[in-house]
Amino acid sequence: MTASVLNISDLHVAIGGHGRSAPIPLLRGVGLTIGAGEVRGLVGESGAGKSMIARSIFGLLPGGARITRGHILFEGRDLAHIPESERRRLLGARIALIPQDPMTSLNPVKRISEQMGTVLRLKMNLDRKVARERALELLAEVAIRDPRRVIDLYPHELSGGMRQRILIAIAFSCAPRLVIADEPTTALDVTVQRQILRLIHDLQHRLGSAVLFVTHNFGLVAKLCQSVTVLYAGRVMEDGATATVLESPRHAYTRALLSATPRLDRPADALSPLPRALIEELIAEAHAYDAANRAAYA
Amino acid sequence: MFGPAPLLEIVKGVDLDIARGVALGLVGESGSGKTTLGRTLVGLVKPAGGKLVYDGIDITDADEQRFRPLRARIQMIFQDPQSSLNPRLTIGSILARPLEVFGKFGNPEGRRRRARELIDIVGLPASVLNRYPHELSGGQRQRVGIARALALEPEFIVADEIVSGLDVSTQAQILLLLRSLRDEFNLTLLFIAHDLSVVRVLCDRVAVMSAGEIVERGDTAAVFSAPQHPYTRELLDSVPLPDVEDGWIDARPAAPEATVS
Repeated sequence: MTASVLNISDLHVAIGGHGRSAPIPLLRGVGLTIGAGEVRGLVGESGAGKSMIARSIFGLLPGGARITRGHILFEGRDLAHIPESERRRLLGARIALIPQDPMTSLNPVKRISEQMGTVLRLKMNLDRKVARERALELLAEVAIRDPRRVIDLYPHELSGGMRQRILIAIAFSCAPRLVIADEPTTALDVTVQRQILRLIHDLQHRLGSAVLFVTHNFGLVAKLCQSVTVLYAGRVMEDGATATVLESPRHAYTRALLSATPRLDRPADALSPLPRALIEELIAEAHAYDAANRAAYA
Repeated sequence: MFGPAPLLEIVKGVDLDIARGVALGLVGESGSGKTTLGRTLVGLVKPAGGKLVYDGIDITDADEQRFRPLRARIQMIFQDPQSSLNPRLTIGSILARPLEVFGKFGNPEGRRRRARELIDIVGLPASVLNRYPHELSGGQRQRVGIARALALEPEFIVADEIVSGLDVSTQAQILLLLRSLRDEFNLTLLFIAHDLSVVRVLCDRVAVMSAGEIVERGDTAAVFSAPQHPYTRELLDSVPLPDVEDGWIDARPAAPEATVS
């Protein structure tokens, strides 16, 4: 059994709770493990807590939110309790992020050469010339046809797909052990999306990076991820091998989500909405959990 | 130094018939021209050539005055309810607006009643009428957009990407709502979308657009199960269905990639 790359256990995150108001739970005892080279999908609707998990790993929780219990073990260190200087060393080099929207992650007033160069010099200690050569190599690796022309362009001069390729190049540049991909294909056309998925698949396979692929789309999970974790209201509803979870889901929520997903290969009336009773039951369970575990959010 | 910008052809010679009561899905990727085509049908964009005929009435070169009477019959729902709902008005006022402008439903009391009716039709509680758009969820705002489009009892609605960006559960609710509204009010729909699976659920017919042209059209189930045009095939192959399938990710697309995008 290979040691896990990422081991999240009993993670509780809460926000607020100053003065007389009780803290509001955002993550309720989340557990999640990713092995070396494994691609795990993290599925949930908005508010389920997917981005809170990613933010917890990166130490980028929104103001007022904090980890109140639990551990995020990575390479023997607990990311929930390490000094900022140590976290900064790890991020970008050992743990990388492919963000959702390339247009807001790339600096619009800097050429690609400068943006890639900065990351490479900082994370890999390369000098200017070597960094530029390495950047050109990376652009070629992500199948950008004319790296020497593209490297001197500004983000707005590139298509959405090319911008995302550059972000992927940056993410994989230091051969990280873990890549968090945060809905990286949301803003892309479906044909471009397929190219990007293939690129992520090829790179992670070649470099042996593990990937946590955050998405609300079961289709992407089916094609890219070996395993999947399903989240609702800050709690894990189900996890397992992708084929098992998709073909024989154990949890009613997973089944309901799958039934609410339209499919171009099934008749129109195959679609059914989430049963209201199920949602009410899950919310009641979450509240009951909070009531029984107040100390976890202190 | 400065001159007129060169004209860019966005929609290139499209022939399209939409029969009454049909829900037609218009699919394509970004730059296909589908949004421009949709906006042209509701008079937001003036065609550079060709003819536009609505229920026997030629509206090709119609100015605002000529188009006005049709505005009650043709409505549009936009993708982003956030930017298409006036943030300074309550939902009740937003729904009453088209009624005021077209002088329908008589007096303020009549309009208030109609607003309550509309909010009920789209499955929202009456309390929403006193709220502001920012106080509602994305799904609720989208329902308000639909309610507003129904206000004047239209025959034809153009919906432009109205469920993209919504959660799966919200999207399912909105799609089922649209289906039942379409049946109840015998609406004719042009549903613009990039998501083929969504179109399968709502639309009996589909037209596939690429680079300003319609490359394939027909019965949705038939086109999706036996596509004729290479671009349609490429589109369908690119949609990841929630089935584990080794090799999907490595398979090269059917049509040659002109450029890596």
